[in-house]
Amino acid sequence: MNGTNSSAIMLDAGKPDEYPIGLGREVRAGSLSVAVFRASGGRWYALENKTPHAKGGSLAEAIVSGDYLYCPVRDLKIALGSGEVQAPDTGQVRTFDIRVEDNRVRISIPKQS
Amino acid sequence: MSGNEAPKRPKLILAGNGMAGVGTLEQILKLTGAYDITVYGAEPHPNYNRIQLSYVLEGSKTFDEIVLNDRDWYREHGIRLHTGTKVTRIDTESKKVITETGDAESYDKLIIATGSKPFFLPVPGHDKNGVIGFRDIADCETMIAASRTKKKAAVIGGGLLGLEAAKGLVQLGMETTVVHLFESLMERQLDEVSAGMLKAELERQGIQFAMGKKTVELTGGAEVEGLRFEDGTELPADLVVMAAGIVPNTDVAKASGIDCRRGIVVDDYMRTSAPDVYAVGECCEHRGVCYGLVAPLFEQGGVLAHEIAGLDPAPYMGSSVATKLKISGVDVFSGGVYAETAEHRVLRNHDDWRGTYKKVLLKDGRIVGAVLYGDVTDSSVLTRLVRDQAVMTDELYGQLFGRGGCCSEGKASIGVEAMADDEIVCGCNGVAKGTIVQGIREQGWSTVEQIKVCTGATRSCGGCKPMVEQLLQLTLGDSYDGTAAAKAGICGCTSLSRDEIVASIQEMGLASVREVMNVLGWSQPEGCSKCRPAINYYLGMLRPLEHRDEKDSRFVNERLHANIQKDSTFSVIPRMYGGVTSPEELRKIADIADKYAVKMVKVTGGQRLDLLGVKKEDLPSIWADLGMPSGYGYAKALRTVKTCVGSRFCRFGTQDSIAMGIDLERRFERLWMPAKFKMAVNGCPRNCAESGIKDLGIIGNDGGWEVFVGGNGGIKLRAGDSLCKVKTDEELVLICSGFIQYYRETANYGERTSEWVERIGLETIRQAIVEDKDNCAALAARVEQALAALHDPWQEAVENGELRRQLYEPVQAGATNE
Ligand code: SRM
Ligand SMILES: Cc1cc2nc3c(=O)[nH]c(=O)nc-3n(C[C@H](O)[C@H](O)[C@H](O)COP(=O)(O)OP(=O)(O)OC[C@H]3O[C@@H](n4cnc5c(N)ncnc54)[C@H](O)[C@@H]3O)c2cc1C
Ligand code: SF4
Ligand code: FES
Repeated sequence: MNGTNSSAIMLDAGKPDEYPIGLGREVRAGSLSVAVFRASGGRWYALENKTPHAKGGSLAEAIVSGDYLYCPVRDLKIALGSGEVQAPDTGQVRTFDIRVEDNRVRISIPKQS
Repeated sequence: MSGNEAPKRPKLILAGNGMAGVGTLEQILKLTGAYDITVYGAEPHPNYNRIQLSYVLEGSKTFDEIVLNDRDWYREHGIRLHTGTKVTRIDTESKKVITETGDAESYDKLIIATGSKPFFLPVPGHDKNGVIGFRDIADCETMIAASRTKKKAAVIGGGLLGLEAAKGLVQLGMETTVVHLFESLMERQLDEVSAGMLKAELERQGIQFAMGKKTVELTGGAEVEGLRFEDGTELPADLVVMAAGIVPNTDVAKASGIDCRRGIVVDDYMRTSAPDVYAVGECCEHRGVCYGLVAPLFEQGGVLAHEIAGLDPAPYMGSSVATKLKISGVDVFSGGVYAETAEHRVLRNHDDWRGTYKKVLLKDGRIVGAVLYGDVTDSSVLTRLVRDQAVMTDELYGQLFGRGGCCSEGKASIGVEAMADDEIVCGCNGVAKGTIVQGIREQGWSTVEQIKVCTGATRSCGGCKPMVEQLLQLTLGDSYDGTAAAKAGICGCTSLSRDEIVASIQEMGLASVREVMNVLGWSQPEGCSKCRPAINYYLGMLRPLEHRDEKDSRFVNERLHANIQKDSTFSVIPRMYGGVTSPEELRKIADIADKYAVKMVKVTGGQRLDLLGVKKEDLPSIWADLGMPSGYGYAKALRTVKTCVGSRFCRFGTQDSIAMGIDLERRFERLWMPAKFKMAVNGCPRNCAESGIKDLGIIGNDGGWEVFVGGNGGIKLRAGDSLCKVKTDEELVLICSGFIQYYRETANYGERTSEWVERIGLETIRQAIVEDKDNCAALAARVEQALAALHDPWQEAVENGELRRQLYEPVQAGATNE
């Protein structure tokens, strides 16, 4: 994939070593808040920093296990890759493309219609 | 990946921003995000709990407290909310909603949930000033305002609504009379006996009654002055509340040519006569019935939500309703048939001494109705029994009425057996008995933990755990063994118990969380939110000097050293040793609260101050400005040491409780514990700082101190046990050290002392630290070691720039020009 897709905005989210392994960090761009996780084994994930739970809450402070996070407010288990909330809970978190290029963390945000 | 624009979502409009409508939206949002939603509400407020208007009226709740969905909720779910905007008409041809301001908005699907209106008796004078209904917050405000200038109120209608209105008005200081057409109150729910008991109690609470009175006119000029009855008598009143019934609000539907009878006619899927237009709640009429309570509305909402999400719901078949009256000191319940006829067999228990009454009606051996007065503990069970028309058995009889004669003394508690399958066991997470039993039978669940992971039951407040355990017992019979269950492992990732893990760490010299999980064969290689913090604690407890706290295995609060709030801001509670502060400190806190615009400054239940609503990135600077140590109000660690005034000022004080409390707090602060740990020190047995419900509570007496352990004031109240008495301060400190360390070394992670004391036994503890002096000294030495390795975490964040940046500050991203 190249960055010329005009329906997406590419965010520059700083250097990879700004991200501690196994923990999340919040990336802000305008009014959008993205939770970025650098999982052990070098996998990167970006999710909208918002639980799908009706009562709200952020995700960046989660405990990370493998490709899942446990949300900080209600302990929902959420797949980092797909954003899917695991049983017995339900819901879906928006996920974004993220990659490291030229020692920069880049997140691609589709333009909203 | 896909940069595709999302296709335009179909539009869903809700007309009527009340309990049924918004309840339905909540259920829809759980099922699908497919709709673009707009809500119109005639009232100027977001959705609130109409039921609790009675509490607002009597002054026990504020309006804010009864809001169910605040404006943020709508915003967060992308719902456009138009409050104070009435829908006047629906153009069902062009599929548009037209509002009173003339705006038109098109819909793909529309839900009408306009509720009902108070029924105003059509007598002359009903439109005078001072005559109102009791339906919304505006009515409450009118009544509250009226109570300031007016003296006499009359409430027409002796049903649930009328009685709650009357109680509120009495509370507001008005002389209040309930006018009722019949001779008996709540005649649609109660029999004569219970209605009589109710009336006597309400009279005691200050409500007056005019029974058997038919109002024929409201008298006065522009303002109402009184009521005239059919029998010619009159009652003066400068406020009249009409609470004689409700009428479904069909205005919009009628104006739009949608079929209405009493309510808007709907089928079993809540569909009206117009395509893609649905109705739910009090405004609709289903199979000839209009409901006036919330339970049926939520059932309707469930069906409608599935219908709208395209999920083929089971048809709505109607509901059976049960009532409770919300007036304090009066417990009334009624479900199903209440009035006996020749075809009923009546089981009755009337105790004038206790003021209780229980009646169950049987028809052909089945339970068809019940009335409870005074003691309504069996109401949820009876609701189900009545709904299912359960067959009465000897056993049920025993449970409901007791085997041993007339009194309720011998009554076996109605346990989980008697619950219907769809009855909710876990109220926090909405898990029904049937779901749990089925899982035990079909999925082979055999522990509370498995049930928690699979259903969520017991996960939140834990209050339902005993019931879940009973269900395991009941379903598995002898093969269920609580101790074996403990062996099933500390979480779903391992079958090892706490003791096995701790022993392995010691024997194999395991040094990190990851190593423990690898070596001991965790099924989920990186563990979960249950085991990771637990292993991290065990490692630190066993090797205080070597272990480096693993932040990625810490729950957010203990990683960031502040308590996360529902809106993801944080709270800051600095230490205030022994609950003692100074003018200078208070000034500083006040200035800081201003500087950071904290949302609230609150005195906690632990004798110190809480700054609530602090942004994560502000935490380190607020701590720097405060220059006070962390109060650990968020941690499994020593929380507060509450103290009373004690001998320094109090005329009863025998010991200097403040000095001792401060000393103990300074000694043990920062110490990680298996669970939160609270202490209190009192100067005498009057116990003003509540030592009896603390993990470690100390009470001074003339000759020294008495030590209480295992108290808990939380979910499951437990009074502490007296461990021992000591004579000197030195002995006291030693016992405290020994106790704390013994608990740290032997308790399961997450186990409060109240549970721990019961599990291992008070005698074992007394033996280990009071009798065995050497052991106590060794424990005390180990606690010193653990304490030596600890530093104030706030200070650390203030001083360590990298830590501060990575844990507390967001990354500000820029867009790249690609
Ligand atoms: C701030 C405070 C309420 C207040 O404003 O007074 C408070 C606030 C919370 N309590 Fe508490 N408790 C507070 C005193 C208490 C007390 C009273 C006391 O300590 O004297 C109790 C009962 C005593 C006891 O624990 O034995 C208490 C029993 C609980 C419990 C039930 C614990 C139990 O074992 O039964 C919980 C839930 C839990 O720990 O799982 C809890 C949990 C909580 C949490 C931390 C919930 C959470 O995890 O987010 C609350 C944080 C609210 C927030 O949004 O920041 N809080 N909580 C009090 C802080 C005291 C302090 O200065 O540190
Ligand atoms: C004081 C009181 C105590 C109660 N106590 C109990 C109780 O203990 N237990 C119980 O089960 N039930 C109780 N109820 C009944 C319960 O509150 C109702 O059953 C429930 O609120 C009905 O929900 P609904 O959504 O159908 O109607 P509502 O909650 O009334 O919502 C309808 C909303 O639609 C709005 N609306 C109307 N017309 C329009 C329009 N044209 N355009 C836009 N908006 C419109 C109204 O302003 C209202 O906000 C009580 C009710 C009251 C008033
Ligand atoms: S506990 Fe005793 S000493 Fe302390 S304030 Fe109360 S009465 Fe006074
Ligand atoms: S009732 Fe089950 S966790 Fe609260």
